[in-house]
Amino acid sequence: MSYGLRSFLPKNDMINILLLAVLIMVIFPLSMDIFRLNLVGKYLSYAFVALGLALCWGYGGILSLGQGVFFGLGGYCMAMFLKLEASSPENTAIQSTPGIPDFMDWNQLTALPWFWEPFHSLGFTMIAIIAVPVIFAFIVSVAMFKRRVGGVYFAIITQAIAAILTILIIGQQGYTGGVNGITDLRTLNGWDIRTDEAKYVLYFLCCTLLIGSVLLAQFVRKSKLGRLLVAMRDKEDRVRFSGYDVSNFKIFIFCLAAALSALGGAMFTLQVGFMSPSFVGIVPSIEMVIFCAVGGRLSLLGAVYGTLLVNWTKTVFSESFPELWLFGLGALFIGVVLAFPNGLAGVYSTYIEPRLSKWFKDLRSMRPPMASSTADTRS
Amino acid sequence: MLSKTLSSKLKKTALALSAGLFLTPTISHADAVNTTGLAVTDDTVTVGILHSVTGTMAISETGSVQAEKLAIEQINAMGGVLGRKIEYIQEDGASDWPTFAEKSKKLLVNDKVAAVFGCWTSASRKAALPVFEQYNGMLYYPTFYEGLEQSPNVIYTGQEATQQILEGLDWAAQTKGAKKYYLLGSDYIWPRTSNKIARKHIENVLKQKVVGEEYYPLGHTQFNSVINKIKLKKPDVVFISVVGGSNVAFYKQLKAAGIDMTKEKPLFLTISVTEDEILGIGGENIEGIYASMKYFQSLPNENNKKFVEAFKAKWGKDIVIGDVTQAAYLGPWLWKAAVEKAGSFDVDKVREASPGIELTTAPEGYVKIHKNHHLWSKTRIGLAQPDGQYKVVYESDELIEPDPFPEGYQ
Repeated sequence: MSYGLRSFLPKNDMINILLLAVLIMVIFPLSMDIFRLNLVGKYLSYAFVALGLALCWGYGGILSLGQGVFFGLGGYCMAMFLKLEASSPENTAIQSTPGIPDFMDWNQLTALPWFWEPFHSLGFTMIAIIAVPVIFAFIVSVAMFKRRVGGVYFAIITQAIAAILTILIIGQQGYTGGVNGITDLRTLNGWDIRTDEAKYVLYFLCCTLLIGSVLLAQFVRKSKLGRLLVAMRDKEDRVRFSGYDVSNFKIFIFCLAAALSALGGAMFTLQVGFMSPSFVGIVPSIEMVIFCAVGGRLSLLGAVYGTLLVNWTKTVFSESFPELWLFGLGALFIGVVLAFPNGLAGVYSTYIEPRLSKWFKDLRSMRPPMASSTADTRS
Repeated sequence: MLSKTLSSKLKKTALALSAGLFLTPTISHADAVNTTGLAVTDDTVTVGILHSVTGTMAISETGSVQAEKLAIEQINAMGGVLGRKIEYIQEDGASDWPTFAEKSKKLLVNDKVAAVFGCWTSASRKAALPVFEQYNGMLYYPTFYEGLEQSPNVIYTGQEATQQILEGLDWAAQTKGAKKYYLLGSDYIWPRTSNKIARKHIENVLKQKVVGEEYYPLGHTQFNSVINKIKLKKPDVVFISVVGGSNVAFYKQLKAAGIDMTKEKPLFLTISVTEDEILGIGGENIEGIYASMKYFQSLPNENNKKFVEAFKAKWGKDIVIGDVTQAAYLGPWLWKAAVEKAGSFDVDKVREASPGIELTTAPEGYVKIHKNHHLWSKTRIGLAQPDGQYKVVYESDELIEPDPFPEGYQ
């Protein structure tokens, strides 16, 4: 048992994950007001996507430029539930058809569309948040990987899907809220999600889920599956000739990444209070890849730190230089990618970690002589 | 904490005493005009400006930022609001709707601004609105928009759909004898709602015919098929609510298809092309179309002449001023008037004081805040000139009442 635990969670990794947990669950809440903390919560919901990308891109070698699709599907499922709760007949009495979401009323719908109906149920919504994106990812990846479509072609197709879904959402505004998205979400089963107290609860829920996801990803990485993924990334044919059905592993890891993204999307909707097509399209999807690249695509924790760093920089730059911040951010990306191709995690493992371990070693090697010297004086 | 409240109480009593003793008209103390902890000191008050200065919307929103800064500067030159200079914190919405929500929250919660001038697209307003309602902020929103909204936390300084549309359609029917209409728009809430209102008005009030209604995605650039349909159906009026970059393609393709817009067959009536857009389209490509809105840079009145002069002096002589820019300019002035009427910066008191606030110095002429938080305003029809300006050919006689929830048009 302990051997099993050790093999999937070596001491180093365990310490690093603990450090992350302490940082986001103790240090951030103690050092920030609720406004900033809520922002961090929003960044952390992107970290789910980056984590998924680290698995499927960093380890599996499958670059997806359409993770926004799954983030969006998860987020929209959550938003549909919350919107239905906010659109009770009492709240929407001024509409021509009370009891349906306001944007439907503006678009002359007079009844709730059939696919909205199940979202009255919280249980169904919880399942749908994961199931809808996973089923979609499954269909896409079966269609691609079984035909051995991969590499750049796969990336382009995922990007096309992101574009298609955005156009679909914007075009069908009577059913989806269009460009405006689904806004003005208020309560979750009667619990007001806009209060400060709720924001704290949601923040910690988000952190817990994220740490859980990191552990899950770590488990996958250290399992036989994880080693197969790396092998596939580096020499796909050799794995295939060894008798493995490569496509099944790819489908699995892509679906897992989709599920993580969707979880992030749902947490995003809960913390930010709305969902719109601007998180589904090509630009946000590529941004999510950038988070992962900055953090270091070969590192699970790097993805989380990368997301935090990029978003925090974005906020700080844009607050200080409202008209110039995009240039600064662009320079940061180019700088990081040029100077440190393995991202933050690469910087850590090449520069900081050796020094730290050397320092630890020095500390340890200093102890025995001191102990022996005290022993000497005693004798 | 205790000492703080104590000292502020002492200050208040001291102030009351001094006022009572000497009966001098002093500037009221910060605590007296601000009971809710806004960023107000004895000589400054902080407001927020929240527009996109980066991203696709930057080109449209820059004018609003400039107008708001100009208004604030002018108000400060006149001595400020309740004796306090206005300072502003500018934030970038980055053409990204959640960023608008995030920055609104930052302005209201962290910076405690007394009012925010900002948002442009409906989507950004919809995203920011819950934040303003939750933290009880005050937003001055400048863009003409679809209506169907009336928040206690927003003053809408642009026109809502009925104000802009009905007058334009009546004008086309009466002076141009229009009978057949073709409705064309970008595919999102504002054009769809506008055309819904237009269709009801054309069919039920004017008793005329709509021969076509079409929508294209935002950013669409291929209008050949709709141009052919227009040629085929021969409407008298093409009523257009196409927005953004699509306009450039649309008008150039119209011209390339051999349609001379100055012949008015059909007559092109837009509710979305201001002087700002013409800058991108090119005056020669759009000469002869009509626009129905409340403000044109060429409005021949004294207020406007002064405004245009000041605007150019501050931001460059080649700059153009469109409808929304002018509406944005009204924001700080309307807020100032409401604060002074209320004698307080408190959002609740400003809200209470707002209905009935008049502005006689507005560049568009006289405006007044309705109790539904929209403005009474006139609607004008402008004829596009090759130099990129509009010539005003018609003006409504009366101020038009804002009606964000028009009955019979829903």
